[in-house]
Amino acid sequence: MLARLTHLDRLEAEAIHIFREVAATFTKPVMLYSVGKDSSVLLHLAMKAFYPAKPPFPFLHVDTTWKFREMIEFRDTMARELGFDLLVHVNPDGVRDNINPFDHGSNTHTHVMKTVGLRQALDKYGFDAAFGGARRDEEKSRAKERIFSFRNAQHAWDPKNQRPEMWKIFNTRVAQGESIRVFPLSNWTELDIWQYILQENIPIVPLYFAKHRPVVERDGMLILRDDDRMKLKPGEVVENKLVRFRTLGCYPLTGAIESDADSLEGIVSEMLTARTSERQGRLIDRDEAGSMEKKKREGYF
Amino acid sequence: MRHAMATKIEAAESVREYLAGQEQKSLLRFLTCGSVDDGKSTLIGRLLSDTKQIFEDQLAALERDSRKHGTTGEDVDFALLVDGLEAEREQGITIDVAYRFFATPKRKFIVADTPGHEQYTRNMATGASTADLAIVLVDARQGVLRQTRRHSIIASLLGIRNIVVAINKIDLVGFDQGVFERITAEYATFAESLGFKSIVPIPMSARFGDNVTRRSDKMGWYSGPTLIEHLETVVVEEEAVAQPFRFPVQYVNRPNLDFRGFAGTVASGSISQGDEVIVAKSGKPSTVKRIVAHGGDLRSAVAGQAVTLVLDDEVEISRGNVLVTPDARPHVADQFAANVVWFDEAALLPGRSYILRTETDQASATVTDLQYRVNVNDFAHEAARALEMNEVGVCNISTQSPVAFDNFADNRTTGAFILIDRITNATVGAGMILNPLRRAGNIHWQSLDVTRKARAELKNQRPSVLWFTGLSGSGKSTVANMLEKKLHAAGRHTYILDGDNVRHGLNRDLGFTDEDRVENIRRVAEVAKLMADAGLIVIVSFISPFRAERRMARELMGQGEFVEVFVDTPFEECAKRDPKGLYARALAGAIKNFTGVDSPYETPENPEIHLQTLGKTPEEMVETVETWLNGRDIAEHQYDDGGGI
Repeated sequence: MLARLTHLDRLEAEAIHIFREVAATFTKPVMLYSVGKDSSVLLHLAMKAFYPAKPPFPFLHVDTTWKFREMIEFRDTMARELGFDLLVHVNPDGVRDNINPFDHGSNTHTHVMKTVGLRQALDKYGFDAAFGGARRDEEKSRAKERIFSFRNAQHAWDPKNQRPEMWKIFNTRVAQGESIRVFPLSNWTELDIWQYILQENIPIVPLYFAKHRPVVERDGMLILRDDDRMKLKPGEVVENKLVRFRTLGCYPLTGAIESDADSLEGIVSEMLTARTSERQGRLIDRDEAGSMEKKKREGYF
Repeated sequence: MRHAMATKIEAAESVREYLAGQEQKSLLRFLTCGSVDDGKSTLIGRLLSDTKQIFEDQLAALERDSRKHGTTGEDVDFALLVDGLEAEREQGITIDVAYRFFATPKRKFIVADTPGHEQYTRNMATGASTADLAIVLVDARQGVLRQTRRHSIIASLLGIRNIVVAINKIDLVGFDQGVFERITAEYATFAESLGFKSIVPIPMSARFGDNVTRRSDKMGWYSGPTLIEHLETVVVEEEAVAQPFRFPVQYVNRPNLDFRGFAGTVASGSISQGDEVIVAKSGKPSTVKRIVAHGGDLRSAVAGQAVTLVLDDEVEISRGNVLVTPDARPHVADQFAANVVWFDEAALLPGRSYILRTETDQASATVTDLQYRVNVNDFAHEAARALEMNEVGVCNISTQSPVAFDNFADNRTTGAFILIDRITNATVGAGMILNPLRRAGNIHWQSLDVTRKARAELKNQRPSVLWFTGLSGSGKSTVANMLEKKLHAAGRHTYILDGDNVRHGLNRDLGFTDEDRVENIRRVAEVAKLMADAGLIVIVSFISPFRAERRMARELMGQGEFVEVFVDTPFEECAKRDPKGLYARALAGAIKNFTGVDSPYETPENPEIHLQTLGKTPEEMVETVETWLNGRDIAEHQYDDGGGI
């Protein structure tokens, strides 16, 4: 008798289907690779979708120059080992103006280095479809977004006028300059991600695992002092604490949690008893109400 | 230390056990629908909250938001959990579908919270298309409303067979059993013809949680399940695996000459190594040699799995074709009847050309006949000439090339399609195929010995369709007439199809509504195509106000055969010239649907020839056209691959 598909089997099949649909219908797709756990799952699924071929599109990392060093190392190792085509883009204007999270605040920094940087990269290469690892359970405006999410020539999302998305029949048609953001992990939850990482033995950045790290308490968050660009304020001290990260972004904007979970099982067990959502560790979502929607309308992932 | 280690290992084992348990859980996808303000979002907020899916930081944000936007006084407004868009929170309404995830010890759930407003019906349909069960909310004070019916019909058309009628806000009618029974009976009567397998009415108060996850102590008269009990136990059969094998080919994977795999998702049935399959469109048989997957070949695959099939021999298959079992083949036809739900502000017009997409196939399609529209209140079949936004109707559809499909009732994956607008690329409709139409099967193309190439060669010319478009009185006919005279004098074989003349004969049954204008152009385009086939240079002089029809005409003709000539005269100038006195009458309201007055003219975006008439004589414009034609013929001559004329 044929085995029934498990929940993860179905999620995997759906994601693979989406990858292939894009490869079959767009001229110039790209995968946004942000090095976090969701990107790791996305990468793994992309490798599966086109096996025995390699994914027929490049991987783009929009670097803000403030990512954790371990993320960059991990990114380069993965690209080397799996042999995928890695493109790295940094917003040159932001570098010139020395835009950084400390002097300009998380809003400006994120807007210039991530949102504008991403728009620049998409325009530069002329990509007409871009995969991202966003999930609907992450945030309430993402819960509203289509799997194939239309962007106009200015990369803007119009949440009030999304294309209907019926069954698995995706409307992949765009005019010159327009594009689609594609989210193969839309229907995955955080638990599904961890469960899949465990099942498939997918490599992830070690920052997810608990370890003693030098952290500073600032604005109620534990910030890892990843390099000396982060100046200490009066009264701040660097402490060596056993911490890990639930999500990864720019290190000055990403809070660590105190934890002794040094294995995937430990992470899952901790997650099951967690009382705060994963995005809580991110400064950018707290800046203002509806801030994610606003960023997305401007072209953020 | 050793003790701590032991605890950790135990913990790891229990996590693995827990996860294994999670994997055994089945998934139920459902949606909440119904009229505005019946409490859909509140119900989902309640479900999420009572099943402990809301984190502390989200709850804190919710309390903040409730004070700012809430509609529930001092209480937390759960609707704000799902109404995630700024516009929704400001207006206190749901605009688009939100997907939420939760789990109980027995099952996992994905719920689509869909909007109640009629103008957002397309978003409700989006949520319903992937759901197995619908919770139809009814406000106990209001009873069954128009939107309750519309959503129930759409749910039924989209193949949902299990319904929960959530009779909500029962607290506001004093937990009255009479109200519950009256609404239950009303819904049952109305839904009789919708073919639902189960209809379960539950009295509840989403706001206070009665009968959602907690049995209410205020309705002793109700002995049925709570909502969550029903959702945890309702049987949603997995039909797909038991159906005949269907594999829509999505992507041909060809990394090198030694490997040619057909990638796709098994839509129904199952397949094993060594099984015989048929290529649906060509009828050619082959055998499955390998089922390729990352991590090793599979012996078999079932509905829902995304795999790559390698066949025994080199049969011709591209995206859009379907691999099927030899025992039960799908229909392959270019005409069929279908239920259509219309989403777009621009109405569905019979005769207009749309892009039809199935899961992996795509074809040009037109609605050849709108059989009827369904009245959502009483299900009456009403005659209609167009399908407006949010309406449902039965259409005959004709595609330019054959499509492989099943009836939607037999297969939800291979029996569905969407329609896309050619100009805006918007998804304008969704269709569920009822049955193929036999006409297509019985009328075959008669193959003829004298080819179009031979006919054209005899006339020593390149057949073309010169399509003059522009406002009434812009000068189309004048230029067309003069151009034909010159071409004729030069020994060319020509014919003019003039708008007014054709309306005296072939199209005399057509008026000037949008639907009739579309049909008018369709017929003329088909005639022009036949004439070009005969080798003629056809000059079409028609207002042809809509881009969609001009594009349809272009696509009917061979590559490079269609030449769009935009006779561009400003409206004011046409109205001033008014050679037939029509503008005066139209502006006075004596003629309805007059282009430029109360019917739109859609300007060509990239015409091959753009004639700006102001300050130019007809002779100059004819020369412009001639120069263009000569330029084209020279260019083609230079790059002639020997296949053309």
